[in-house]
Amino acid sequence: MTAQTKSLPLARSKARENLGRNWYKFSRNPMSIVGLITVSLVVFLAVFAPLVAPHPKHASAFVDFANASRSPCRTYPFGTDVVGRDILSRIFFGFRFSLVMGVVVLALVVPPGVTLGLIAGYNQGTWLDTVIMRITDIFLAVPPLVLALAICSVLTPNLFNAMIAVSLMWWPWYTRLVYGLASTLRNEFFVNSAEAIGASEAHIIFREILPNCISPIFTKMSLDMGWVILIGSSLSFVGLGVQPPRPGLGTMVADGARYLPDQWWISVFPALAIVVIVLGFNLLGDGLRDMFAAEEV
Amino acid sequence: MKTMAFIARRVVHSIFVLFGLSLVIFTISRIMPGDPARMAVGARAPQWVVDNLREQMHLNDPLYAQYYYWLRDALHGDFGISLVTRRPVADDIKEFFPATFELALFAGIIMGGAGILLGTVSARHKDKWIDNVVRVISYLGVVTPSFVFAILFLLLFGMTLNWMPTMGRISTGLSRPSVVTGLITIDALLAGDLAVFFDALWHLILPGIALAMGGLAQEARITRSTMSDNLTKDYIASERSLGIPEKVIMRKFLLKPSLIPTISILGLDFAATLGSAFLVELIFNWPGISRYGINAMLRKDLNAIAAVIMILGVVFIIVNILVDLVVAQLDPRIRLAPGRGE
Amino acid sequence: MSTPPLLEIKDLHVHFDVYGGTLKVLDGVNFTVHSGEKVGLVGETGCGKTTTMKSILRILPVPPARIPSGEIHFKGQDVLKMGEDELRQVRSEGISMIFQDPTAALNPVFTIGQQLGAVVKYSMEGKKLSKKEIRERAIIPLKEVALPDPERMLDSYPIQLSGGMRQRVCIAMALVASRELLIADEPGTSLDVTIEDQILRLLRRLVEEKNVSVIHITHTLGVVRETTDRVYVMYAGRMVEVADTEELFANPLHPYTHGLMDAVPRLTGGGIADGIPGRIPDYLNPPLGCRFHPRCPQAMDICRREKPAFYKLGDNHEVACFLYQEGHRDH
Repeated sequence: MTAQTKSLPLARSKARENLGRNWYKFSRNPMSIVGLITVSLVVFLAVFAPLVAPHPKHASAFVDFANASRSPCRTYPFGTDVVGRDILSRIFFGFRFSLVMGVVVLALVVPPGVTLGLIAGYNQGTWLDTVIMRITDIFLAVPPLVLALAICSVLTPNLFNAMIAVSLMWWPWYTRLVYGLASTLRNEFFVNSAEAIGASEAHIIFREILPNCISPIFTKMSLDMGWVILIGSSLSFVGLGVQPPRPGLGTMVADGARYLPDQWWISVFPALAIVVIVLGFNLLGDGLRDMFAAEEV
Repeated sequence: MKTMAFIARRVVHSIFVLFGLSLVIFTISRIMPGDPARMAVGARAPQWVVDNLREQMHLNDPLYAQYYYWLRDALHGDFGISLVTRRPVADDIKEFFPATFELALFAGIIMGGAGILLGTVSARHKDKWIDNVVRVISYLGVVTPSFVFAILFLLLFGMTLNWMPTMGRISTGLSRPSVVTGLITIDALLAGDLAVFFDALWHLILPGIALAMGGLAQEARITRSTMSDNLTKDYIASERSLGIPEKVIMRKFLLKPSLIPTISILGLDFAATLGSAFLVELIFNWPGISRYGINAMLRKDLNAIAAVIMILGVVFIIVNILVDLVVAQLDPRIRLAPGRGE
Repeated sequence: MSTPPLLEIKDLHVHFDVYGGTLKVLDGVNFTVHSGEKVGLVGETGCGKTTTMKSILRILPVPPARIPSGEIHFKGQDVLKMGEDELRQVRSEGISMIFQDPTAALNPVFTIGQQLGAVVKYSMEGKKLSKKEIRERAIIPLKEVALPDPERMLDSYPIQLSGGMRQRVCIAMALVASRELLIADEPGTSLDVTIEDQILRLLRRLVEEKNVSVIHITHTLGVVRETTDRVYVMYAGRMVEVADTEELFANPLHPYTHGLMDAVPRLTGGGIADGIPGRIPDYLNPPLGCRFHPRCPQAMDICRREKPAFYKLGDNHEVACFLYQEGHRDH
């Protein structure tokens, strides 16, 4: 009936079998493995940046005019920027900002968004449902980036505020997703039985309905990591996210924009780094979607 | 008529939503630190000038009164004066909005046309090499931010190869045709000025394609996926078995049902590009409302910010309604309540 | 029979390529229909009935499906070797199929008129007709299937019709496109029993009026008895028995046929109906020899090793079972 059988001790070997089957479904498309490797690599580089980067000090305030604007070579594989900082090392540190943005935004968005969707879906048809979904509609009425920009503009431009802004614009999508799922599940047998035995609304929502929504939520989360990072880099590019001299990926692209086409490496390599990180999360997300998909009989 | 009722319902819903939106925007703009009046006249102006301005701007009145004045003026087309350009925001909007609209429209046509075309080709030749090429390109198109495309195009076609112009809407030295719609291409056509028309079109290409890439990739993916799903449906097999030629099936009976999800997304993407065009506008020096809005946001130009958000919100809602209408027209299952059968 | 059969399928094999291997769905199907006959095809879900029919019209989804060998002769010509134009002629004039699920078989975003009109327009004589003439021609089959208000029906969408109406529309479309052979794939199974009964009666009347040959697929034995002259029993991609209908019911030979008959619940007499233990085989790794042997109460050693051929017993009664090979006969 529900996912509660997982808590029984007998289920441990079943869990292992499930893992094997999930891996098979995930790995059927080789691109998903590429995504997994890419994301793992990015995470590794981000976490161990101080150890792995060839010139870790370049990530913070550092100048070395003697080596400024050098094209890619052995010491500086991606070249240096106008004040002599190694682009490659800065990109590793830039991954940190990207990942932090993704994780924090999702952490801020998913719990309230999902909860609101559950409440609205469970109470479908009542005023509670209407109110919640109307508020959701209002936030969704604005073209995607504009709301984030507006909020950014009110606050001082920095990464933290950019995260707040993106979160405020992102949560309605989870509410909508879960609302659709919850309002369908709401009338299922197992919910009605729980109500009949007097279970509280909180119990029903979180212990009965939610476990059945986990897969789509999880898939969306992994895909969203990529999108949030994309938006974050766009905001940084414009000056509303990671502020110079910090090595945000979008910031670095903006820094180098005025030196095109001669010192192209200053913008191009960070831009490619953005593409790689977003691509990785997308492929990973697709793989997870395949993994959660119902098996064909 | 059902369509009328549908439109009426959506309009009412939208008014409600816009109302809420205006409240949110207004609140945001009033929360900002700093004194708007002081910012308007500068740090060196004497205090009495600031105080006068505060009276004029109703800044000393309670918040709900301020909201009332703001809304009343907005509904009359008066969004106040821009701190940056020092002229009525309404004029700024009139000047900059058509530029973005033209760019977004161009991008939209590419997104729809090329996207559907690529998706169809991909679905027809599923799993062959051309399908794989299109899929890879679509994937890259989706994960790459538009500003990256813009920079790459600028670098490649504009600077290195020097094929295309890199700035503005028309070349210096050419004069704009008289303003009818604000879209230089349309106005040039209307005035019969082909030289300007082609020049403007030429200027549209790089930024337009850069802007369109993400949406194009989306449409291609969705079209491919929907079409290949529909190809295996029973009704296609049935139509074949009844002797309807393959060409007719592909062009008519498969295409129409497959377009439905694509058109919904196309509408949303088009509306979204209006807001996200600033990335491309900045790089190509395109005088559009999106860039104007970003500037306003960076300089904390309250009136401009509020106006831009409202305008974009209204356009977004209108496009959404139009898309829903088109989709309902295409798909009778949405339009006609089941159970109306005899 | 001295006249050549209308339709003759010889040793047809159909494979599906899927993840993990090849499904060998049809394993040498032999099937014959003579002009004017009403032939039944019985078998449980998944045995390959629909696949066989779709092969006749060549509407199998050809990327996963493959026809490695076999012949399908319609009026003497091998359908599998036909070119575009000949095939289209067969489809729009010779044979047509009524699909199992009428809702899925109708294109949801086009009106009945547009779909029926297309069938009329692309039939061989339809090329020169004007729009008005096409419309007039389209109304005729709608009247024949007893649909109320055919004019209005032409401008309706499938979503507006009830299940029974959709089934009638599908029958109407099939009538336009077939002069000689109608394939009815479990017509009415997705509908209420009363509606199904109406549909079956309608079909019977039309078949009589139009004098077409019919292949009637069903998994309901009662229907077979009432509507067919001759019956094939199919199991796991092969025909296992064929006989004139009365003969089959009086004298079922194959153990599977026995099982089918026993599985029908009886309203009189005692006893609970027996199902046939086991399930249809996995087409990825089908059993060697006779595909039924894992479930057969009378399986012998040879059944596990070799595939039985069709053995003739009396007029028109053939069985693919080693029990009836000379020397092993114990009936």
